[in-house]
Amino acid sequence: MEKKIMLGNEAIARGAWEAGVKVSSAYPGTPSTEVSENLVKYEGVYAEWAPNEKVAAEVAMGASIVGTRAMCAMKCVGLNVASDPLYTAAYIGALGGLVYVVADDPGLYSSQNEQDTRLIGRSSHVPVIEPSDSEEARVFTKRAFEISEKYDTPVILRTTTRLAHSQGVVNLEERVVPEDKEYVRNAPKNIMMPGNAKQRHIFVEQREKQMMEDACTLDINKVTYDDTSIGIITSGIPYQYVKEVLPHASVLKLGLVYPLPKKLIEEFASKVDRLVIVEELEPFIESAVRSWGIKCEGKELFTLQGEYSANMLREKLLGETLTIDEAATVPNRPPILCPGCPHRSTFSVLKKLGIHASGDIGCYTLGAVAPLSVVDTTLCMGGSISMLHGIEKAKGKDFVKNWVAVIGDSTFLHTGVNSLMNMAYNKATGTVIILDNSTTGMTGHQDHPATGKMLNGETTNAVDLKELCLALGVKRVFVIDAFDIKEMERVVKEEVARDELSVIIAQSPCALLKEYIPKGKCAVDPEKCRKCGLCLKPGCPAIKKDPETGCAVIDDTMCNGCGLCQQLCPFGAISLDPNPKAVEAGIIPGGISF
Amino acid sequence: MSVMNIMIVGVGGQGTLLTSRILGGLAEQAGYDVKLSEVHGMAQRGGSVVTYVRYATETGEVVAEPIVEEGTADVLIAFERLEALRYAHFLKKDGVLIVNDQRIDPITVVTGAAEYPEGIIESLSAKYKVYAIDAMEEAKKLGNTRTFNVIVLGMAARHMNYAKEDWENVIRAKVPPKTVDINLAAFRQGYGE
Repeated sequence: MEKKIMLGNEAIARGAWEAGVKVSSAYPGTPSTEVSENLVKYEGVYAEWAPNEKVAAEVAMGASIVGTRAMCAMKCVGLNVASDPLYTAAYIGALGGLVYVVADDPGLYSSQNEQDTRLIGRSSHVPVIEPSDSEEARVFTKRAFEISEKYDTPVILRTTTRLAHSQGVVNLEERVVPEDKEYVRNAPKNIMMPGNAKQRHIFVEQREKQMMEDACTLDINKVTYDDTSIGIITSGIPYQYVKEVLPHASVLKLGLVYPLPKKLIEEFASKVDRLVIVEELEPFIESAVRSWGIKCEGKELFTLQGEYSANMLREKLLGETLTIDEAATVPNRPPILCPGCPHRSTFSVLKKLGIHASGDIGCYTLGAVAPLSVVDTTLCMGGSISMLHGIEKAKGKDFVKNWVAVIGDSTFLHTGVNSLMNMAYNKATGTVIILDNSTTGMTGHQDHPATGKMLNGETTNAVDLKELCLALGVKRVFVIDAFDIKEMERVVKEEVARDELSVIIAQSPCALLKEYIPKGKCAVDPEKCRKCGLCLKPGCPAIKKDPETGCAVIDDTMCNGCGLCQQLCPFGAISLDPNPKAVEAGIIPGGISF
Repeated sequence: MSVMNIMIVGVGGQGTLLTSRILGGLAEQAGYDVKLSEVHGMAQRGGSVVTYVRYATETGEVVAEPIVEEGTADVLIAFERLEALRYAHFLKKDGVLIVNDQRIDPITVVTGAAEYPEGIIESLSAKYKVYAIDAMEEAKKLGNTRTFNVIVLGMAARHMNYAKEDWENVIRAKVPPKTVDINLAAFRQGYGE
């Protein structure tokens, strides 16, 4: 059999393709993004970026209702957005297999919270399947589609960062496309009005009971008896830590983590002396086991937060003392905005004006980090605008005269549009800045409805952000080059002072885009430099203070000539050596003098 | 159990992912089980990045966890000095540290909130087996500074149990076709003849 090393997400895409999936819709979100990026490469699958996860889930539901295997993919908090379709999809069921790929983030590598999707499975009565390595990711994805159709239910395939972004050896099998099921109008199943939902709820409860029975003999739930002095119930990546530390323990490895196989767990518990539950985040399995009157250990040994590890099991479970060198105390190295990032330019203006920002999710969330430290709050996708409105309505229009909302172009189209609609509709006077860098940046530069390109690379119509804002009823809409700090400052000052709702679209492409043309390289003339430090204030990683001379010095391997530092220098000590390609493209001179 | 534990650490954008792809390719080529663990998404934002590579050294042996834990790394490859210091405690007692002697200030140092430690290579050499190289200087000699990470990889290859030809075959397969020659030159530079 052919084998290949694959990322967990890559293996999920492979499994979905092998299972004959035909439709996939998703919104980027670490650590789920690569599922779609890989799926789109296969023949016979239509894979798209949707503006948000709710739309993605609804698209997948549509395909499933007419009998085609479909899926949607998202990060943990994305499931919150897709929860409206999910909870009712549980009632409608899945004529064509329907899989939600959801990636949790224990350890918070890139999320706003550490929520545990298994609880949402329980709450919505949707089965949850969890693989523990790349090969299982492939196989369990196929099983997910089979289980979905067998039990007439959507299925959540749950991953975590460690699984999604680790690579392992995967077997490759052929694609088998099941026959498309015939579509026939079925009102009681597909139209969830109260009368129909009442009946489907009965079906949902019966289905769950049946699945709990069948889970006891399901092939992806595996019991291994060896040393019965200790028995571990586990699933997902933590199973690998158990294998490392207790290779001879008796193990019940769950592939279907919801519904739980009650009878199988009871049997397992009766055959081992000490029962321990090894699971990351919530005591999901543990609570259920305890509720059945079974004695077990779990979170009192480990942690509710963060990832587990083999060392943690050695220490907490086996009571070993580890001889590890102490970690050195070293300066943190947090991620920062790249050299040439247009957000840095906008934030430097806001910082200068002492303006608070209601923030949102994206690269620009890094505007909260020193030395910029502009961004007072970040909650969820699209929240910046709605929260600014709430702040205004709470404290009055004068309070928000030194506030703005900042939101990215992709985030705005995700869920910011409704928030802006709310401001216009409910007579807000605040100022919103859309940071338009023509991409969904933080997740790895994906397209969205305003870039004019689809996931599969085809060109398409692009949303005109200015026209959209005008159509929502915003009268004052400005489009400004994000690097024109003079103009930006002028407009921001005027608009926050006005008692009228305004939108400023700060436009400039992301410096990491393939199409980006660097303007050149900036350099500091140490003769002219007066060591005032103004150029260092925005915290660009390409410019720093020379410890010997005290002058600013630019690293020409990092600089791409955005010219922000040049504009900030009051003494003309910074010059731009222009890139001929940029001159040819008419990009310079722009808001920069040289 | 004879799983080799390798770590690659550096600053986002230094090429840790390409390096891990080469290491993964080696294991794949040899038919050994292998698991790698990466940091995505934040990688290009200049943050601290870590890649773990664990590969079996016998056919039929299986790698379980995809991460390298504290005190178990056989080889720590660091593309930047501060990151070498940050992760040094992951090394086994007789582990080997290959470090590119380059300094990239984190934002916390640039803003003056913290100081970049002095004497990193010296203090690490007192505790571990350290091989330091100014890979940027070496890469400049070859005429392409972007290959510095492959030079470092060449040095690390001396302490791993793959043949030089195996490395060169994988590099040929994993780097962009136009860059094969320069990358092979870089690898040989680091490996030494």
